[in-house]
Amino acid sequence: MSEAVMESGAAVEPDGTAGVVNDFARDKQVFGMPWGKAMMWIFLLSDTFIFSCFLVGYMSVRIATTDPWPNPSEVFGLTAFGYDVPLLLIAIMTFVLITSSGTMALAVNMGYRKNRKATFWLMVATAALGATFVGMQAFEWTKLIMEGVRPWENPFGAAQFGSSFFMITGFHGMHVSAGVIYLLVVANRVRNGFYERRGGNYEIVEIAGLYWHFVDLVWVFIFAFFYLW
Amino acid sequence: MASDEGQQHPLKIYWIMWIALFVLSGFSYATDFMDDGAVRTFLILTFMMLKAGGIVWIFMHMGWERLALKLAILGPPVAIGVLIWLMSYEGFYVEDNRHENLGESTFVPTEVHHGASKDEEAAH
Repeated sequence: MSEAVMESGAAVEPDGTAGVVNDFARDKQVFGMPWGKAMMWIFLLSDTFIFSCFLVGYMSVRIATTDPWPNPSEVFGLTAFGYDVPLLLIAIMTFVLITSSGTMALAVNMGYRKNRKATFWLMVATAALGATFVGMQAFEWTKLIMEGVRPWENPFGAAQFGSSFFMITGFHGMHVSAGVIYLLVVANRVRNGFYERRGGNYEIVEIAGLYWHFVDLVWVFIFAFFYLW
Repeated sequence: MASDEGQQHPLKIYWIMWIALFVLSGFSYATDFMDDGAVRTFLILTFMMLKAGGIVWIFMHMGWERLALKLAILGPPVAIGVLIWLMSYEGFYVEDNRHENLGESTFVPTEVHHGASKDEEAAH
């Protein structure tokens, strides 16, 4: 830590437990970061609780139902080239989202290098992959609805399957959609020099990145608990 | 570390993390082909935690942030463990009550059908 802090000319501050006490007790901006980034972290913490409540609720109804739980491996399977492949679409969606996380991480890095062009295009690529993800989710929803899955009933097993599915993936899809818009707004401002005119600070790219990585993070848990379990 | 310069790191670590995420997701997907049981559950959770940890630590730069932020953000979610314990306890209680008072499930599931596969065509 010290090099970066010393380069910027600020006093060297302790990290570790002494740093924790110092950070919380000093009655000013904490965590040694811009307030926007700290607020994004706190928003993400609250979002963590929202998604946790959904997943815990899903766990609770899945345990409590006496009807058989539909096998997600079959329900979300696809027939490709004449073979039944379990969870095929979900696997592709997972890889699309991971790829978008990678391009976002690179965009953040390029932002700090003040490479506006690369940052812009990497953010656009991230948004495009996000939109692809939402598109595939829409396809998945359509397919399930046509097969008779509803929030209150489905032909494959416990009714709670549909309610948990639409609630959890719907809320996640909404986050992805909002993220795509957020990324495009920031990307456009990177391109047109908005941040350049405000002192060339590209911290906002990292803040948008935090949100995007969080969306990927939530998908990791949904994939494990809803689709694989 | 966090400073006015922000989070800047060599690109190499992102590439490694990216590839690791792909490999771990591949492993996660592979667990779907295993038989249900404790081993599969353990692997699902292990790959999930490794992926989640990598995203938070490297992609979200938490590994380079100050301890105060790490504690403020990663500490509170620990409480979710208590909620999971309480709600699973409650869930099993409700299930027992339903078995006792409402009788066994009479639900007859329809077989999942996405269109003709080669196996089914051969069977016909």
